[in-house]
Amino acid sequence: MAKKQLYYEDVEVGSEVTPLAKVATTQMLVKWAGGSGDFNPLHYEDSFAASMMVGSPIVHGALKRAWLGHLMTDWIGEEGTLKKLSCQYRAMDYPRKMKTMTEPHEGDTWWCKGTVTGKRVEDGEHIIECNIWVENVKGEKTTPGSAVVVLPSKKRGR
Amino acid sequence: MTEGSLVTDKVTSLIGQVSPPAILQVEAGAITRYADAIDDPNPLYRDVEHARKSRYGEITCPPGFFGWPIKGGGLEAGELMGKVLGAVFESGLMRVLDGGVDFDFYLPVRAGDTLVVYGKFVDAREREGRSGKMLFLTLEQTYLNQNGDMVAKARNTLICS
Repeated sequence: MAKKQLYYEDVEVGSEVTPLAKVATTQMLVKWAGGSGDFNPLHYEDSFAASMMVGSPIVHGALKRAWLGHLMTDWIGEEGTLKKLSCQYRAMDYPRKMKTMTEPHEGDTWWCKGTVTGKRVEDGEHIIECNIWVENVKGEKTTPGSAVVVLPSKKRGR
Repeated sequence: MTEGSLVTDKVTSLIGQVSPPAILQVEAGAITRYADAIDDPNPLYRDVEHARKSRYGEITCPPGFFGWPIKGGGLEAGELMGKVLGAVFESGLMRVLDGGVDFDFYLPVRAGDTLVVYGKFVDAREREGRSGKMLFLTLEQTYLNQNGDMVAKARNTLICS
């Protein structure tokens, strides 16, 4: 991709991680089940989800975690390295249903976001720490977490 | 509902147990399908030519993908997961939800790698939730590559209620 590489010097405490929009659909949950190998009926069977007291099928926590991975790898670019990624699944999210083979109904969009909380050089590595989260349409952080990355420096190679 | 501690003797007796190693083959097609599932068009996960020119030299994995399936983390091997959940359900708990994960990434994982994963049942703690007592289980997975180098560690929390 012809994206501009992010460097350590481009980032300050308080800087924003470039936000990433995601739309959870029933189709995405099917693809995730196949792609991840998680076939828990909690994520596709109405009656089972109801019996587990979550109402209707919910978005997989691990799928939201994978969105946060995407958020970070897009932001740090190919020369950046993700060292740590953590998150907690604090609240349920519910996918949009599909209207056509490829288009979902109107509905919620989720935003993956983050802010820089620290930067330091340690053993020659240029390290950035971030708070990250998935935010629902009400602005609630349903999946808060954190990440640590190493960025290239403009001063010398990695 | 449940009486007494949810961290029963049976649950405690399983803490510290390690599952036998499980093998994970990291296949390029599985990497691409995983990236497709999250709408991540990154060419490192699908374009061999692009990936070979990158610093990785090969199709590489999105963070958290270590071969298919991603769930279980080796805990299915030796039925350790079954034993743990069996012991948990004896307390009358019915629901298991994924609570979160902490990853440490040490080395890239590339298409063609063969990983070994060890799962460990690390801890069980009881907490009071809004709807009663809950049991938090901590499970750890350690991933090694074909050179014997550690590529990642994952700590998963399961919330049983």
